[in-house]
Amino acid sequence: MVGDLEFERPAKELRNKIAELKKFMDDKGIDLSDELERLEERLEKVEKEIYGNMTPWDRVQLARHPERPTTLDYITTLFTDFLELHGDRLYGDDEAIVGGIAKFHGKPVTVIGHQRGKDTKENLRRNFGMPHPEGYRKALRLMKQAEKFNRPIVCLLDTKGAYPGMSAEERGQSEAIARNLVEMAGLTVPVICIVIGEGASGGALAIGVGNHVHMLENSWYSVISPEGAAALLWKDSTQAKRAADTMKITAPDLLDMGIIDQMVPEVEGGAHRDLPKQASLIETVLKSSLDELSKMTRDELVAHRYEKYKKIGQYTFENDSIGVK
Amino acid sequence: MLKDLFAKKRKYATIPSDRVKQDVPEGLMTKCPVCKSIMTTKELNKANKVCISCDHHFRMTAQERINLIIDQGTFNETNKGMQTENPLNFPNYLETIEKDRKKTGINEAVVTGSGDINGHSIVFAVMDAHFRMGSMGSVVGEKITRAIEVATEERKPFIIFTASGGARMQEGVLSLMQMAKTSVALKRHHEEGLLFISVMTHPTTGGVSASFASIGDYNFAEPQALIGFAGRRIIEQTIRQELPEDFQTAEFLLKHGQLDAVVHRSKMKSTLSTVLDIHQGGEE
Ligand SMILES: [Zn+2]
Repeated sequence: MVGDLEFERPAKELRNKIAELKKFMDDKGIDLSDELERLEERLEKVEKEIYGNMTPWDRVQLARHPERPTTLDYITTLFTDFLELHGDRLYGDDEAIVGGIAKFHGKPVTVIGHQRGKDTKENLRRNFGMPHPEGYRKALRLMKQAEKFNRPIVCLLDTKGAYPGMSAEERGQSEAIARNLVEMAGLTVPVICIVIGEGASGGALAIGVGNHVHMLENSWYSVISPEGAAALLWKDSTQAKRAADTMKITAPDLLDMGIIDQMVPEVEGGAHRDLPKQASLIETVLKSSLDELSKMTRDELVAHRYEKYKKIGQYTFENDSIGVK
Repeated sequence: MLKDLFAKKRKYATIPSDRVKQDVPEGLMTKCPVCKSIMTTKELNKANKVCISCDHHFRMTAQERINLIIDQGTFNETNKGMQTENPLNFPNYLETIEKDRKKTGINEAVVTGSGDINGHSIVFAVMDAHFRMGSMGSVVGEKITRAIEVATEERKPFIIFTASGGARMQEGVLSLMQMAKTSVALKRHHEEGLLFISVMTHPTTGGVSASFASIGDYNFAEPQALIGFAGRRIIEQTIRQELPEDFQTAEFLLKHGQLDAVVHRSKMKSTLSTVLDIHQGGEE
């Protein structure tokens, strides 16, 4: 398989061996099916061992896999009648974020997501999925449009972060992100956010304030990338693996901390190994989320989002504290 | 809380003097890092820590800011007993917090409370860059959120003075989520038609810049304050070109339409008072 990762090497070697053996059997017409069966059993065991004991860093590698499905891959498999809508009406159209209207199980939705490229050419056009302010402002425009027409909003998060560039700062990167956070807080339609790959910092959160937030099993979501954390904490970006272990950035970690609502299981070996199957795993979670949230009134949806974020944080009080409100 | 309030009133001081830590001890000389002129620290403090030669605004502690802005005897602090936890079990995290608590005399990187500005009753939060660079973890996010909630309940304006390097790394994704938490609270305050003023002071960057700091009904900043989303070094590495000298200063933001005004420290209280006055006039 193309794009095998370092931690998958034992499985890759076995897969190669099996392929060689099959070819040998075909070429020579010799029956070695006992040997083949033995190897296939071993492969199954090795895969279970590898994918059942993935470290946070292994998951980060899968989240960044060049063949990992992107927002548009899921949009075209999960939704029908997708019509992409462009531009923020203020400055331009940022292709690092895509969005539009579509149907999910026959019902209208607005869907928005970070979009990275599949190759260098597309990545240049899409700025590696790192939005400028106009990308966030386009997202907000589409969210407000969804609210006006009472459509639920689905956001797919997958970014290495908001673009750190001069033009982004000049056009108000901070304001664009901040505005989205506060406006998403008040949306009177259901908002469901799913981290499908990388969820880096404010650049991800800017389309991530939802009633329900889910994560794919091998995605990550944190205040900073493992490399960034390592550089800041230990002045050494090569300690990214250690940062991934320490920072609690994986779906199981965030589920454990009560920050996400559900972990969407992944196809064994990662989402890229079977897109239709992965899409159906997302579909199940999305369907139940939408069904649950569709029962809420506009006011209830806003209050629900308030309570969800209000309770996130860890702190205590001094026993003899004075001035406690 | 009541006991606390009365104790303060009786003493007729905004804070116990043994807890005030000045950046530079009185009686010494201070050199301005910008124009290099030397002045007595007493002179500097008298000028509210603004260089008497070049107008460079030195950093202020939260308490100094409160003394400057809030009417004497009206300050009532909230949630000062809130304690930092160590959700990721980061080695030495709580030790560094304790060190900064001792150094600054405050429990975390923000002081919240209520008070008056020229008789206008407000709820406010003052971040302090002397405490862990003003970074925002759970306690900072929760204190600010509770202050906004009080402002909403009591139908009062909310004013924040920001000073922060951004989200606090040692609390991981919990720090990131404080951006969302403060936002949901601000939205509710906004929906009630209440006033929110953001005053950005040096430095206001990262997750704090990309949340409450940038979305006041009025955005003010102190002269030359560093304000921005991404760090200068990261941007230079990304775009491989040198940035203009005034990049990410308050003046740069003003030029690019992100601020209502850059306000000199000596005019800050009267400016805020004017806004509050106009808003109060509009309500009646
Ligand atoms: Zn000077």
